[in-house]
Amino acid sequence: MAYLEVEGVHKRFGTNEVLRGVDLDVDTHQVVCLIGASGSGKSTLLRCVNALEDIQGGEIRLGGERVSGRGIDVNALRKDVGIVFQSFNLFPHMTVLRNVTLGPTKVLGRPAVMVEDRAMQLLCRIGLEEKAQEYPDRLSGGQQQRVAIVRALAMEPQLLLLDEITSALDPELVAEVLNIVRQLAEEGMTMVIATHEMGFAREVATKVCFLHEGVVHEEASPAELFGDPQRDRTRAFLRSITEAGRL
Amino acid sequence: MGLVVYFAVFIAILFTVRGGALRSVYFGDVFWSADAWRSLLKGFRINIEVFLWSEAIVLVWALIVALVRLLPNRACAPIRLVATAYCDLFRAVPAVLVILIINFGFQRARLPILERFTPKQYAILALVLVYGAYVAEVYRSGIESIHASQGAAARSLGLSYGQTLRYVIVPQAVRRVIPPLLNDFIGLQKDTALIFSIGVLEVLSRARFINNSRATFTGYTMAALLFVLITIPMTRFVERLQRRDQARMRAG
Repeated sequence: MAYLEVEGVHKRFGTNEVLRGVDLDVDTHQVVCLIGASGSGKSTLLRCVNALEDIQGGEIRLGGERVSGRGIDVNALRKDVGIVFQSFNLFPHMTVLRNVTLGPTKVLGRPAVMVEDRAMQLLCRIGLEEKAQEYPDRLSGGQQQRVAIVRALAMEPQLLLLDEITSALDPELVAEVLNIVRQLAEEGMTMVIATHEMGFAREVATKVCFLHEGVVHEEASPAELFGDPQRDRTRAFLRSITEAGRL
Repeated sequence: MGLVVYFAVFIAILFTVRGGALRSVYFGDVFWSADAWRSLLKGFRINIEVFLWSEAIVLVWALIVALVRLLPNRACAPIRLVATAYCDLFRAVPAVLVILIINFGFQRARLPILERFTPKQYAILALVLVYGAYVAEVYRSGIESIHASQGAAARSLGLSYGQTLRYVIVPQAVRRVIPPLLNDFIGLQKDTALIFSIGVLEVLSRARFINNSRATFTGYTMAALLFVLITIPMTRFVERLQRRDQARMRAG
């Protein structure tokens, strides 16, 4: 049984149906990359998994337990599932350290001293321990995104969702963020990554899913999907990416 | 420094327009009377007392009203409606009317607890109700101006709706609404003069007394000066606090 199971999920915004029956399985320690054109539903799918959006059909299960629909404890779900956003979304009125410790202290109820030690360790790991007392606006985009990753990691999630986390970054800042994700993948963190970085997806993914018009149109290992795509839409998408010089 | 300039301009106008005719009306000898100033200051203390109490209560009360108006749940619609009606009503009725209605009405109606209020306490209650309605709207616009992604980030960490408001949304919203908030507080500060209408011996009633006994309008000038002297430094003080807070968070 997969750790995360997404089954026939439908999501509508008004009359616009963004997800039209998405199926997706993610095993523990797997890194699944979602690729596809803008508007194909990658971000929406991630937001649905984290219950930031409610769904109109289908079911999402985590470790076999239903986590979508009525009567579920969304806060309990979110303790296990972290998400990092395209636009970082750090809290601008809090120091870097406080951004990282807010969740563990207020949600997990852990003692502040312990949480701060752990946060400093995590910040050390990404080379930002000196920025602990700075405010987010004083950091570069790449630094902010690294802090956002650490903020999610501080909750010790079982599953990490990364929503186009390099799309808002200047090109020269992309690598520093991807390096951290690469490390996490090596350590066996279970991740679902929506991305436009095809080279990166090819490198870290255990499975790549091509989303098209609100469904998983094709899924395969990165070698197969990038090397020998089976369906026309997938081929067309990869061709346009290649022409843009992004693969 | 700025105060000195204002005052100089004021004096210059008094002494030049119509050969100083204004001077005798608004700037009579009583201006130099220590007794008159003492009397006014005694009254002004009441204005300040009423202002400080009202402001402290308004800050909390208005936030509660704003949060009620923003309750997300459909089941909360009735209570949301009550909060909306409150804001509409108390912004529509002139403050002086609310003061009169509450003071004389509540005394006469013998309401439990409320009937034992002093006029000063009725005045505080009335001003809280009026300014609470304004400030609630200021808070509400501030909260709504915080981008939804902040709420999403907080919720995604597992914070509850209440925790998200408390730690993430409200602190940012309050910082953003400090300038309009300050506006309302200057308004509140000035509207404490309206309580002369229910017989509280505050600065305006004392100014009128001075005017009547000396056949002048200088009492008004003196009272006005007291309001100026307290409002302008308060404005600068809040502005400085705000700048310091912003400098802390901005790129340096």
